[in-house]
Amino acid sequence: MTPMRLTAVTALLALGVAACSGTTKSTVTSAPAPAPASSSSAAKADPNAPIKQGLKLAFLPKAINNPYETIVDNAGIEAAKEYQGEAKEVGPSDASASSQISYINTLTQQGHDAILIAANDANAVCGPLQQARAKGIKIVAYDSDAAPECRDLFINQASSEEVGRSQVKLLAGMIGNKGDIAILSATANATNQNTWIKFMKDELGKPEYKDMKLVKVAYGDDDDQKSFTQTQGLLQAYPNLKGIISPTTVGISAAARYISGSKYKGKVVLTGLGTPNQMRQFVKDKTVEKFALWNPKDLGYLASYAAAALVSGQITGAEGETFKAGKLGERTIGKQGEVILGPPFTFDAANIDQFDY
Amino acid sequence: MTTATAPPEQTTPARSARGLVDLVFRARELSLVIALAALVGVTASVNGNFLSGQGIEDILLNTATLALLAVGQSMVVITRNLDLSVGSVVGLVAFVTGDQLASGWGILPAVLLGVAIGAACGLINGLLVSFCRVPALVVTLGTLYVIQGIDHYIAHGRQINAVNLPPGLLSLGNGSVLGVPYLPLITLVIMVAIGYYLRSYPSGREFYAIGSSPEAARLAGVPVRRRILLAYLVSGCLAGLAGVLWLARFGTVIADSAHGWELLVVSAVVVGGVAITGGVGSVYGAALGALLLTTIGSALVVLRVNPFWQQAITGALLLLAISVDRVLALRLARLLRNRSRHG
Repeated sequence: MTPMRLTAVTALLALGVAACSGTTKSTVTSAPAPAPASSSSAAKADPNAPIKQGLKLAFLPKAINNPYETIVDNAGIEAAKEYQGEAKEVGPSDASASSQISYINTLTQQGHDAILIAANDANAVCGPLQQARAKGIKIVAYDSDAAPECRDLFINQASSEEVGRSQVKLLAGMIGNKGDIAILSATANATNQNTWIKFMKDELGKPEYKDMKLVKVAYGDDDDQKSFTQTQGLLQAYPNLKGIISPTTVGISAAARYISGSKYKGKVVLTGLGTPNQMRQFVKDKTVEKFALWNPKDLGYLASYAAAALVSGQITGAEGETFKAGKLGERTIGKQGEVILGPPFTFDAANIDQFDY
Repeated sequence: MTTATAPPEQTTPARSARGLVDLVFRARELSLVIALAALVGVTASVNGNFLSGQGIEDILLNTATLALLAVGQSMVVITRNLDLSVGSVVGLVAFVTGDQLASGWGILPAVLLGVAIGAACGLINGLLVSFCRVPALVVTLGTLYVIQGIDHYIAHGRQINAVNLPPGLLSLGNGSVLGVPYLPLITLVIMVAIGYYLRSYPSGREFYAIGSSPEAARLAGVPVRRRILLAYLVSGCLAGLAGVLWLARFGTVIADSAHGWELLVVSAVVVGGVAITGGVGSVYGAALGALLLTTIGSALVVLRVNPFWQQAITGALLLLAISVDRVLALRLARLLRNRSRHG
């Protein structure tokens, strides 16, 4: 009976949360007028304006215990020192849709110049972000976008299309454009994963991949145990499997760990998106030949400079504007206020030791 | 299984009643074995790879940690209590020992550290439940969050990577002796030891007495508090060990390993025939429950069933197990009543 009681408690809590987010939304709709001001009536961008000194920035990651986001945020905090700004990281311990709201409200009250957020839910954070913008605070989304009308800029790690297509190319190169393949994803409703998978399928439709067949998309829910079991199941259910793409850091490391200790090592090619530190072991023991990722440090660095450029008036977030991002050079704002970091980088045994993150 | 403990002066009706009780609960474990055999049979007939050497090894490896936790949990549940903190303990231990191993510790000290952390958590749970008389659900729900918080604080967004762990530990995770992987072997040894203790030692039987009726056990002179404390201590130690095994198996660990596993462990225990109301069941059943739940998970993937069904099936099994327990208990009570009337 106890689990039942627990479920009841959880349900109650969920109700409470739902009620809370309901109220936040209604307060927003009651005060909509000042929000869009920054994009329409704000002063024109002055690309030559100097970066203001002593800017106060705050990074709000999906959750503070996410290793990937920690790397991104620390790089952004370091970048702020380059332009004599001051940055910090605050955030919730769980990555639920509502958990970032109270942090946004607190940061707004503290009067920061800019908030950089990796949104857990594109819409749930929208209301509080609008209130922050109404007070003149610039909002830069990174890693995971908020709804476009609620932020000034989105720093995208790589274009989704490029990620999806390059993953297929990477695998095809290793299996000679031939054989059954599978995808081990995170959760079934993760937006970024599904967008990448869509482009992977599209790429597979090209004539040069006619001998490659996608037999299954499995979901490991970004959970070690589940990703493990899913990998085992894939290899058993599809004995002719030649390759697996796992475009998620948890999935690829779990799959690599399983394959490294099984009879499939050397027979099945695994690739995907992973960090060099977590994959180093498996590249060295030859379970994995190549995998890809963007540099998360550069992502934080770029986001930090973009926020500084916004606050200093160098840019307003309109398409076509450019700003200087320190060592990364000049960047241009694309459609819907998106700035793309660059193409994903491929790691292999020859270069992996040059990276530490 | 039956004769070793029966004192010679026991009267005939008592012995046959006891034999009957044994039979019913052996039947319970037997039904689990049958369900398991059917599941494996169907899956293997669809896909022969399921019963290949690699397939069996995978299932045993998948089960090892869950079964270890289920063994500890069943000791607590038998005393009519509950330990919801085990998932958090696994997470904390996996991270802390991983951190120490990465900084150059040997494997043995790391295992001892893991078990010690587990023991400390178990001790706190046990003291609060047995001596402070706080309901187990509340205590262990509280420690679940506290331990998780400590884990997140220590981890602070970092990650333990396989490359920093000693090769010895990693080979513990996927190596084997005479074809049997280490992890299930460790679980098996611990399960048999605890199973033997609970079944054949007078102090082991007292755990069942407490679960059947805490008041009666107290009046009969059973040291109720000490036994409950011991149950939590064992559950904590095993969770600590499971944390080290988790690390050995996955190699890459962040702060939330085994997040949410407490409910999975309780499910395995209940499916395995340990009554949530205490006093009934065995660690073997609990381990079988863990094996069954894990095998279902693997079989559904191999059978290419939509993964969304997995949780629904686990839930249905739980309900089935609880209903079967209820029916069996009622039948048994009636049978025993009739016998004592006629005997």
